[in-house]
Amino acid sequence: MSDSATYEKVADIISEICGIDRATITPQSHAINDLGIDSLDFLDVAFAIDKAFGIKMPLEQWTQEVNQGGVSGEEYFVLEGLARNIDKLVAAKG
Amino acid sequence: MRLEYFQMVDRIAAMDLAARTIVVDCTLPQESPIFEGHFPGYPILPGVLMIETIAQAGGWLVMAGLRFRQMAFLAKVSEAKMRSFLTPGQVIQVEATQEHDGSGYAVLSGRIRSGGKLVAEAGITYRVMDFPNPALRAGLFEVARRVGVPEELLADA
Repeated sequence: MSDSATYEKVADIISEICGIDRATITPQSHAINDLGIDSLDFLDVAFAIDKAFGIKMPLEQWTQEVNQGGVSGEEYFVLEGLARNIDKLVAAKG
Repeated sequence: MRLEYFQMVDRIAAMDLAARTIVVDCTLPQESPIFEGHFPGYPILPGVLMIETIAQAGGWLVMAGLRFRQMAFLAKVSEAKMRSFLTPGQVIQVEATQEHDGSGYAVLSGRIRSGGKLVAEAGITYRVMDFPNPALRAGLFEVARRVGVPEELLADA
């Protein structure tokens, strides 16, 4: 799946689970700051992404990296960054 | 079961970490203040406590899979169905299957049976977190030993 296809799938998942108008979601949308996804809805989004791509997003590790200041939250929570990291996980899966 | 203490699980009857399944045994108490209110003259286990029982059974499975290094907190209930009543003294079995082991969360489906008959079912999502304090961890380990969690699963927590 290409980066673009990954982003489209993630945007579809977020739109369906969180009831957000698909047209308002862009690759530059921040899942929390722009789309207002709360932590409980994010669990559902994570579950749907894990299932759709056959991966286990390392959310605890990502959160720790962001909280420790080593990585910007945008790397994981802006959708184009999220899609890029999903692609890495899919590639690593082989 | 000690309903007023939220001790829903009496004993783990079987747990298979590879298959991600658990079966627990429970017996409803003959008497409980909860039955006095739910309902006067017609005591039945509240549906929310059926869900809690499924959640606790599944919680032991999730935490066992994590070797009890983290705690599973109930975050979401989906598709809960209470198909029949449970009454004082009734013996039940709760089965749970872990559908997904996420990072910081877990998803299960669970069922309550009595006499082989399906009584209730629900999907459960847990938020998985570090123990917020040593007291909870110690208290949970005490309950774990009471319900029959194998000691080796607690040893390296």
